[in-house]
Amino acid sequence: MKMTVNGRDVDLPENVTTVQDLLDHFQLNKELAIVELNQSILDKSTRDGAKLTNGDRVEIVQFVGGG
Amino acid sequence: MLKIGPYSFHSRLLLGTGKFPDFDTQKKAVEASETDILTFAVRRMNIFEPDQPNFLEKIDVKKYTLLPNTAGAKTAEEAVRIAKLAKASGLCDMIKVEVIGCDKTLLPDPVETLRASEMLLAEGFIVLPYTSDDVLLAKRLEELGCHAIMPGASPIGTGLGIVNPLNIHYIIEQAKVPVIVDAGIGVPSDAAKAMELGADGVLLNTAVSGAQDAVKMAQAMKHAVWAGRGGFEAGRIPKKLHANASSPLEGMSVL
Repeated sequence: MKMTVNGRDVDLPENVTTVQDLLDHFQLNKELAIVELNQSILDKSTRDGAKLTNGDRVEIVQFVGGG
Repeated sequence: MLKIGPYSFHSRLLLGTGKFPDFDTQKKAVEASETDILTFAVRRMNIFEPDQPNFLEKIDVKKYTLLPNTAGAKTAEEAVRIAKLAKASGLCDMIKVEVIGCDKTLLPDPVETLRASEMLLAEGFIVLPYTSDDVLLAKRLEELGCHAIMPGASPIGTGLGIVNPLNIHYIIEQAKVPVIVDAGIGVPSDAAKAMELGADGVLLNTAVSGAQDAVKMAQAMKHAVWAGRGGFEAGRIPKKLHANASSPLEGMSVL
């Protein structure tokens, strides 16, 4: 499945079908990750089960140091 | 106690978390500052380098109130998006509105800051706008319903201290919500001065993170804020043009 994650075009294996799969695929810290799918911010409680489809645009952000 | 919206804080020092030399120093500096509020920025995760450590993993998040900022936004809409992303973390509902209008001075865009604050208030956020030291803009932000006003002492990261204390004084004098002097603090006396002027708090980052000994500076800033507040509450003496001896004039044996 092809999609854009954080501005990068990526080709993901077939077993990646949900946001949880995506976070696992990139080995990202689920506690810290905040996910936006096609410009819609996902609620943390329902985020992991959100389905991904070809051509999705995903943003994964977190808190970093800042003033 | 510093009261912002529904929250109360013991410490009047708010500490930014950017640009520390390493996490160990940062953790010690945060502890030394005895702050209750830590600011953060919201940025993309590096999907190809997932193992990069994050400061949030190093501290007990429950001990602090997190104040994410909207840094990076140049329009109200961008600020609102960043604020919503921050809120989706489930860690906080306060937001420091920061909409920069000029890359050279990093001064906030007044129109976009006002618009962003209005939109975020409508969304139910606890809104703390970073603003210039413009007195009327501060008033307008308060009239919108902002929960605190955060005028800059001087441009971000300059360490120039309070370049217009008269404006900061006017802003504090008119405000019915907390005024937190944010940005431009360089040394403890700057922080103390802000508090002596009657500020409810001081937000600083580079002054600590960029100091040669960040931990010691964090401690010094804690004392400065405490001392400045004490001085404000105690009430200073009036300034006089001529000397007024503090020792008695009577009973001097040599005359």
